[in-house]
Amino acid sequence: MRKSTVGLCLVLLLLVFCQPAEAARISDITETSMTEQVQRFFSLRDPSVRYALLGSILLGACCSLMGSFLIVRKMALMGDALSHAVLPGVALGFLWNMEKDPIAIFIGAVLVGLLGAGTVQLIRNTTRHKEDAALGFVLASFFSVGICLFTMIQNLPSGNRSGLDKFMFGQAAAMGQGDVTLLATVTSVILITILIFFKEFKITSFDAGFAKAYGLRVQLFHYGLMLLLAFAIVSALQAVGVVLVSAMLIIPAAAAYLLTDRLSVMLVLAAIFGMCAGATGAFMSFVGRNLPTGPFMVIAAGAVFAAALFFGPRHGLVSRWWRQRSQTAKIRCENTLKALYRVLEDGDFVQESVTIQEFCEQRRETIEDARQQWKEINKAGFATLRSDAAAFTPDGWQRACEVVRNHRLWELYLTNTANIAADHVHEDAEKVEHILGEDAVRKLERTLNHATRDPHGKLIPSIRDIHAHGTKISAPVRVDDKPTGFGSTKENA
Amino acid sequence: MNDLIPTFDWQQHVIAPWSIDSSFSMWIVLMGFLVTCACGLVGIYLLLRRMALVGDAISHSVLPGLVFAFLVFRHAGTLVMFLGAITAGMVTVFIIEFIHRQSRVKPDAAICIAFTLLFAIGVAMMSNLETQGSFHIDAECVLYGEIAFVALEPPLLVGDAEIGPPSVIRMGAVLLGVLLAITVFYKELLVTSFDAGLAKSLGMRTSVWHYGLMAVLSIVVVAAFEAVGAILAVAMLIVPPMFAAQLSDRMLTRMALVVVHSALSSLIGYHLSLWLACSTAGAMTVVASSLFVLAWISTSIKRSLIRRFASHSASDGEHIAEANQA
Repeated sequence: MRKSTVGLCLVLLLLVFCQPAEAARISDITETSMTEQVQRFFSLRDPSVRYALLGSILLGACCSLMGSFLIVRKMALMGDALSHAVLPGVALGFLWNMEKDPIAIFIGAVLVGLLGAGTVQLIRNTTRHKEDAALGFVLASFFSVGICLFTMIQNLPSGNRSGLDKFMFGQAAAMGQGDVTLLATVTSVILITILIFFKEFKITSFDAGFAKAYGLRVQLFHYGLMLLLAFAIVSALQAVGVVLVSAMLIIPAAAAYLLTDRLSVMLVLAAIFGMCAGATGAFMSFVGRNLPTGPFMVIAAGAVFAAALFFGPRHGLVSRWWRQRSQTAKIRCENTLKALYRVLEDGDFVQESVTIQEFCEQRRETIEDARQQWKEINKAGFATLRSDAAAFTPDGWQRACEVVRNHRLWELYLTNTANIAADHVHEDAEKVEHILGEDAVRKLERTLNHATRDPHGKLIPSIRDIHAHGTKISAPVRVDDKPTGFGSTKENA
Repeated sequence: MNDLIPTFDWQQHVIAPWSIDSSFSMWIVLMGFLVTCACGLVGIYLLLRRMALVGDAISHSVLPGLVFAFLVFRHAGTLVMFLGAITAGMVTVFIIEFIHRQSRVKPDAAICIAFTLLFAIGVAMMSNLETQGSFHIDAECVLYGEIAFVALEPPLLVGDAEIGPPSVIRMGAVLLGVLLAITVFYKELLVTSFDAGLAKSLGMRTSVWHYGLMAVLSIVVVAAFEAVGAILAVAMLIVPPMFAAQLSDRMLTRMALVVVHSALSSLIGYHLSLWLACSTAGAMTVVASSLFVLAWISTSIKRSLIRRFASHSASDGEHIAEANQA
C-alpha cells in the first residue's frame, strides 16, 4: 500500500515538472552520431524526449497494473480483444469534430471498449460459443468496423487526419503534452482506484463466489475493471499501437506473476517492469532514429519475462532444475547410507565398518558403482573411507538412522492404518522416506503409539538411538525387545 | 457526416461494377470468397478445439516469419513465404506450449505473450530493413491488407492463355489443398477435435494432428495475408465457423454453411466497400460479422418462441390433467 502511495506521489511530481512545449518527432533529428544521440537522450534537453520518455514510463506503469488483474483473473486475452475493439471508437472520436482531439478520441474509444466487453459477456451468456470465440469475434468484428471507418476518413476531402494511422503501430515520439497529460491522469485514476478498492478487486479476482457471498457486487467490479482497462488501452494506443498494447498489458505482469505469490508485490513489480520496458523502448526509438517505439518496449518487456521464466528464484526453470538435481543427489546419498546401515544391522551392529564387498552384495551393484557412491557420501561428510571399508561419521549415522526410521515408520503406518499388505508397502516407503519432515515423523510416531518394530519385525531406530550414540557406532538394540520369532528372517527393510 | 456516407446509388454501386469491367470485380469477389472459405474451413476445427485465439496468435506471427524468411533467402517467392510462415506458426505453438507447461503462466496469457513478442520482433526487423531500403511491406497492408490489388496484378500465363492473378491462383490452390486434406483425414480430424482422449486410446498421435493443423493454418494465413492482412485473417478464421455453429450441429452442414457464408460476405462486402469507399477486406468482414449477428438474433428469437410455445403447451397439458382429475 505504502509503496503504491509513493508511486502515486512520483507520478504527480513528474506531472508538475512537465513543462509545456511544442511536440516534435524524435525522428526529425538526423545527422548526429550515436554517442551524441545518447547524450541528448540522457540530458533530457529536448522537450520531445521528455514527453516520449515520460509518456512511455507512464504507459508501462498503467498498462502493467491493469495487466496484473487480467493475469490473475485469467482474462489475458480480454486485453488483446479490447485493444483491437476500441478502434471504431477512435475513428468516431475523430469524426466528432474532425480533428485529433485526445479527449474526444478517449471518450469514444472507452465507450466502444465497454460495448465490446459487454458483447463478449452477451455472446457467452446467450450462445453456446466459448470465451475464446466470443473474444475473437469482438476483436475481429469491431476491428473491421474500425478499419472501414478509418479508410472512409482517409477518403474525406476535409479534416486533419495526420497521425491517425499512428494508432496502428504507434510512435511514442509523436506524443505531445496533451497525450502525456492524458496518460498521467489515467495512471493516477488507475492508481487511486486500485488503492481504494484493493481489497474488493483482490477478492473478486481470486474468489468470485466468496465475494458474492460476502455481499460484493462482482459484476460491478468486473465492469469497473473493464472501464479502467479501456482507459489504459486507449491512452496507450498511440504510443505502441493496436497490437502491442496487449503485449504491454500482459508481458510485464506475467513476469511479475512468475516472481511472487502476493498480489500487492505483483502489482509493484509489474509496474516497475513496465516502466523499465517503457523507458528502454523510448531510448531505443530515439537512438535508432526512425525505429518505432512499441516493438522495442515489447522486446524489452519480453527480455524481462524470459529472465523471470528462466532465472526466477522460486518458479524459474534454472532454479527448479537445480533443486531437482540436488534432490536427486540427496536421495542417492540417503540410499547409500541406508544400505550401509543395513549391512551393519545384519551383523547386529558388532562391526564398526563396512567392506565394499558387503556393500555391493547388499545393493546388488558393481564395485565401481559402489566406490562412486562412497565417494559422494564421503564428500558430503557422512562417512570416512579406509582402503576398502567405510565407517559412519556421527552425522552420517544420524542421517542413516533417520532414513531407516522414516522408511519403517511409513511401512508400519501403511500396514496398520491404511490396511495394505506388508509385502506391498516397501516401494511406497522407498519414496516417502526421503521427504518426511520432522513434524510428520512425530505425528506418525504418535499415531503408531511409538512402535518399535516395523511390519517385517525389524527395529525402528528411535530418537534415543539416533542421538545417544553420537560418535560411536553401537547397536541401537534395546534388551527389552530383542527380536523374537520372525525377527531373524531376512526381509525387505 | 454527409461526406462520410455517400448516397447509395443502385446503378453505380451494384450494376456498374459487373457491366463495365466485370473481370475486375470478379477477381476481387473470387479472392474474398477463396480467403474466407479456406480460413473458415480450418476455423471450424479451431473453434471445436477452443483454439480460436491460437489462430489469432499464428496470424500475427506470420509477419516475423515472412521477414525472417526474406532475411535468410533475400527474395520473396511463394515457396520462401510459405516456409517462413510454417516455421513461424510452429515456433509460436511451441513457445505457447513451452511457457504454459514449464511455468505457472496460464495458456491464455502464454498465447498473448508469444504472439505479441514475435510480432514486435517482426515489426522491429521490418523497420530496420526498411531504413536500409531493401525491403518493404506496407505497414497498413500487414494490418488490413488490400484485396483490390489482386485485380491489378499481371495475370499468370500458362502457354498463351491468361488464367488469372497469381495470388488468386495461389489462394485457390490452398483452398483445394485444405479441401483435400479435410476429405482425406476427415475421420481423424473429427475424432481428435471432439474427443482427444478417445483419439489417444485409439492409438492416434494427437500432437501430430495438432501440429499438422497448425501447419495448415499457417499456410492458409500466409496465403490470405496479402489480401486481408493479419487481423482480418483472424476474423475470417473465427466468424464463419461461429455463424455455421450457430445454425447447425452437424459437421458437414457446418462446412456447407461456411461456404455459403463466405460467398455472401465477399459479394455483399464488395458492394458495401464500393458504396462507402472503404477497405474492401474490412467491409467483407463487417458483412461477415453482421451475418453472424443475424444468425444469433434469429436463433435467439426461435429459442424464445419455442420456449413460449412449450410453456403454453405445458400449461395446456396441466389444464387437461386438472380437468381429467375433476
